[in-house]
Amino acid sequence: MIVASVVVLLVATAQENIAKQRIATGFGFFDDEANFAIIQTLIPYSETSSYARALLVGLLNTLLVAALGIALASVIGFTVGIARLSPNWLVARLAAIYVETLRNVPLLLQLFFWYFAVLRALPRPAASLSIGDAVFLNNRGLFVPALSFDGMAWLAPIVLVMMVLASRVVSTRTRAGTRWLDRWPRAGLIAFGVVSAAGILAFTVRAEVPALTGFSFQGGVRVIPELMALVIGLSTYTAAFIAEIVRAGIQGVAKGQHEAAQSLGLSRWQTLRLVVMPQALRIIVPPLTSQYLNLTKNSSLGTAIAYPDLVHVFAGTALNQTGQAVEILTVTMVIYLTLSLLTAAAMNWYNSRLRLQER
Amino acid sequence: MMSDSPHAVEIRKISKFFGGFQALKSVSLTVDHGERIVICGPSGSGKSTLIRCVNRLEEHEEGEIIVDGVALTSNLSHIEEVRREVGMVFQQFNLFPHLTVLENCTLAPIWVRRVPKAEATSRAMALLERVKIPDQANKYPGQLSGGQQQRVAIARALAMNPKIMLFDEPTSALDPEMIAEVLDVMVELATDGMTMLVVTHEMGFARKVADRVVFMDAGEIVEAAPPEEFFANPKSERTKLFLSQILGH
Ligand SMILES: Nc1ncnc2c1ncn2[C@@H]1O[C@H](COP(=O)(O)OP(=O)(O)OP(=O)(O)O)[C@@H](O)[C@H]1O
Ligand SMILES: [Mg+2]
Repeated sequence: MIVASVVVLLVATAQENIAKQRIATGFGFFDDEANFAIIQTLIPYSETSSYARALLVGLLNTLLVAALGIALASVIGFTVGIARLSPNWLVARLAAIYVETLRNVPLLLQLFFWYFAVLRALPRPAASLSIGDAVFLNNRGLFVPALSFDGMAWLAPIVLVMMVLASRVVSTRTRAGTRWLDRWPRAGLIAFGVVSAAGILAFTVRAEVPALTGFSFQGGVRVIPELMALVIGLSTYTAAFIAEIVRAGIQGVAKGQHEAAQSLGLSRWQTLRLVVMPQALRIIVPPLTSQYLNLTKNSSLGTAIAYPDLVHVFAGTALNQTGQAVEILTVTMVIYLTLSLLTAAAMNWYNSRLRLQER
Repeated sequence: MMSDSPHAVEIRKISKFFGGFQALKSVSLTVDHGERIVICGPSGSGKSTLIRCVNRLEEHEEGEIIVDGVALTSNLSHIEEVRREVGMVFQQFNLFPHLTVLENCTLAPIWVRRVPKAEATSRAMALLERVKIPDQANKYPGQLSGGQQQRVAIARALAMNPKIMLFDEPTSALDPEMIAEVLDVMVELATDGMTMLVVTHEMGFARKVADRVVFMDAGEIVEAAPPEEFFANPKSERTKLFLSQILGH
């Protein structure tokens, strides 16, 4: 009863405020010109684009960070988790230190660290760090060559696939032969495929190398420092939690499984890959899903270092300009909810495939 | 089948400690090629520890173990090379639950011995035939009875073509009606000349196939003798007591 009356009161107040400030309600503003610039756009966008377009740009930027972050966090997390169980004392110790350090420092602080203390503190473009004069790192971001493909480049994968298929045919035809005869035609065909594919690519792919002109770089692809800081910060932080999940998963597999695998002569690595990990995944996947969801939601902290994600672009700039808080926040929340539900559904489907067959 | 080394397994005065507790006290045992050894003794006497030292699932601290000519030491870089010649069957089966029966039997041959998949599959089918469950090949271990699982475990170990087989109480986790089907497979294996070290309390099996019965108590080998002698004239009081307990009812 009390709750209901408070809600009614709040809604009434909100309506009064909206009326007072003469803010339009509804989603009409979606088609209006956004009138602001965005520093990273994966699709064509300009200040004359609509708010709807800005929303899409922000969403794609969020998806980019989430995808890169999830991939990198998984690689680091599984590596560190496995390393924590290493028989090598030093390796195990270092992995433990990694986990304890990263998961106990607030994420926002870590993002500030990567952005302000590392990436913005890099040298000016004129004094860039560079790898082979093709990749450059400076306080304006990471500059890498852009690849452009000529008309005939599609031949390369086709040649490669054809040679691999041919080698399969050869290997089944020569099954009766000796090992030596069995292997060399296959290896030869695959080697031929690789060499000719590489040859085709050498003639059809051009790399546009970034070059310093004036105070910045022209050409190539620029990865903005906000994106780098956010991806590094999110993935190293989340990896600490994933590492613990992976460790618990591996330890949850019965000791007899290790022993059976080892008594058959499987190496430590084969035991992990073929016997332990497939069973550990059943324990790992559900909490791993929550970490993926956390990472996606935490990407909104990118706002603090001005990464143009969904929250920064839409629930930030667009909200400030239009004042339509209810509509914008509702849309933003619904989008996050949808992303989470889709991720969870995909992971649940994967987990159901790992279920063991029993009577 | 026979190798250059004079004995299949040579255990010389090994000791094994778990913290301050000594589980094996200077135990020695030599096993010839093709010999069948049955090991018995009260719970906690060190039977499992002893045979687990043979494939180095446990590491002994003193003495030496030579398996098929290779000494098991801590600076042995490739223990896998010894292990693939020594099959092991566990009390709890330890089949891989995420793989089918057939895949359980082909995993190690494919990954360790690099046998082509087709060859590994036909060999595994032949072994499943031998342990009398070819029709279960595509089921998962969780779908089989205990006796069937243990027979799969034997087939899985045999798929590596081992020179020596270790059995740690292979029938202790089974319902009585399933014990015979597993023992039958083991008797057949013994008849085919496999070198076997079997921890078991199935004295009928010991009488039938063992070349020697080894009695352990408190981390020591108390007595080792051919079955006729072992059962008819046990020398030590401890053996007599154990036999009266196990055969008395
Ligand atoms: N991992 C371990 N840590 C500590 N003590 C152990 C460990 N494994 C075995 N022991 C101890 O060593 C002794 C011998 O154990 P072992 O398993 O070899 O006995 P067993 O003869 O096989 O007995 P059972 O018939 O019950 O299987 C026991 O007292 C046991 O408690
Ligand atoms: Mg035991």
